[in-house]
Amino acid sequence: MQVPAQFQYERATSVAHALSLLTKFGPESRIVAGGHSLIPMMKLRLAQPEALIDINGLSELARISVEDGTLYVGAMVRHADLLSSAVVGEHFPIFHDAERLIADPVVRNRGTVGGSLCQADPSEDLSAAFAAVRGEAVIEGTGGRRVVLVREFFTGPYQTVVGENEMLVQLRVPISSSASAYEKVERRAGDWAVAAVGAELRIEGTQLVSVGIGLTALGAPNFHAPEAEEYLLGGPAVDERFAEAGRIAARHCEPVADQRGPVDYKRHLAEVLTVRALRRARTRWHGNHPQEA
Amino acid sequence: MEITVTVNGQQHTRNVEPRLLLVHFLRDELGLTGTHWGCDTSNCGACVVWLDEAPVKSCTVLAVMADGRRVRTVEGLGDSTGLDPVQQGFTECHGLQCGFCTPGMMLTARWLLDHHPDPSEEDIREAISGQLCRCTGYENIVKSIQWAAEHDTAAAAVPEESTVDSAEVSA
Repeated sequence: MQVPAQFQYERATSVAHALSLLTKFGPESRIVAGGHSLIPMMKLRLAQPEALIDINGLSELARISVEDGTLYVGAMVRHADLLSSAVVGEHFPIFHDAERLIADPVVRNRGTVGGSLCQADPSEDLSAAFAAVRGEAVIEGTGGRRVVLVREFFTGPYQTVVGENEMLVQLRVPISSSASAYEKVERRAGDWAVAAVGAELRIEGTQLVSVGIGLTALGAPNFHAPEAEEYLLGGPAVDERFAEAGRIAARHCEPVADQRGPVDYKRHLAEVLTVRALRRARTRWHGNHPQEA
Repeated sequence: MEITVTVNGQQHTRNVEPRLLLVHFLRDELGLTGTHWGCDTSNCGACVVWLDEAPVKSCTVLAVMADGRRVRTVEGLGDSTGLDPVQQGFTECHGLQCGFCTPGMMLTARWLLDHHPDPSEEDIREAISGQLCRCTGYENIVKSIQWAAEHDTAAAAVPEESTVDSAEVSA
């Protein structure tokens, strides 16, 4: 029987209360929402917080909304809610693609978007999806609020810029006319990615005027592929260039060999999945802009 | 700390350690051993129960997180008038096999049918994709849920007399 070590449990009644509890209990305290990353780690004693601060009561962090051309996703939005949100699917199908492949429906009922990002697992899907669409993370601390690009949110495996007395409260993504997609290879339903790639693009005429590529489980710094994006930007959205972007993404990531496969295989997946994600995003773009096709 | 959880409509108040998992609370504190404790890693889904309106893996939920909330276990599926159509479907279509994954499978199936009364085979397979059957009896589990979908309204309106007996025989 796997049972976590003993800890003190506190229930936060507001963001300010959660922050005061973080300050009170210090660096050995952790915020828990869905708990689907943290509680398994606690059972295995890979994490042993002295205090858990439960934010499940903070319904203000569980909202999805669109205002002033921006999609707002509260940190405590459950995966199932992101997947079932029509407004999310309309503007960013990449999130629906990714969510369909994250864990399984029952786990998605409980796990949260913010929890996934804060866990910063190198194989986590939403990190690459938010990196692809250039999302922003809103972090609240006792000293106030700050906004960090998701592309600058991660400082290493399982590490983020969120400080000891801070918490992630919201993700936001500027909405511009774009199309996006997420492609993943996993060993079995609901597994962590062997590799995955998210892409977002915007086409004017035949030219790519905006492109974002996110990589998961491939050792890409900050979960994205800037070299491939730079190569594509301003050029035509054609297969040959997508293929070259795939090769560039594969060259610039640093996958590690593990039980999910050797480095060569993962680089191969980086290349193939980059092409697939770009092509699927392009198909969606033309589907939404038939007059330009 | 003291928690009060409404399980299958009945309130239970207990003093528990914060580290107690919901699955152990249900089994050890309340004696509701229909909730099975399987892989302990959120993979197998044998421990699935409803927390308020949705199924969750109770090996990855702290009992203290269920304080003030409602839990539905397999013991809360049927009632005095008979089995839930999902339970009946598992007996009709040999979806039970060894029975270990059955409670979780049935609770997920009930949730699926509540939201999706006419699911495709693909919908059913997706819904139970987070739950492992050690007998690999998925074909019959899918058929059982299809049976339940077909009989859901009728069964709810007219409880069948023989439901309890047939469950005991098949299980």
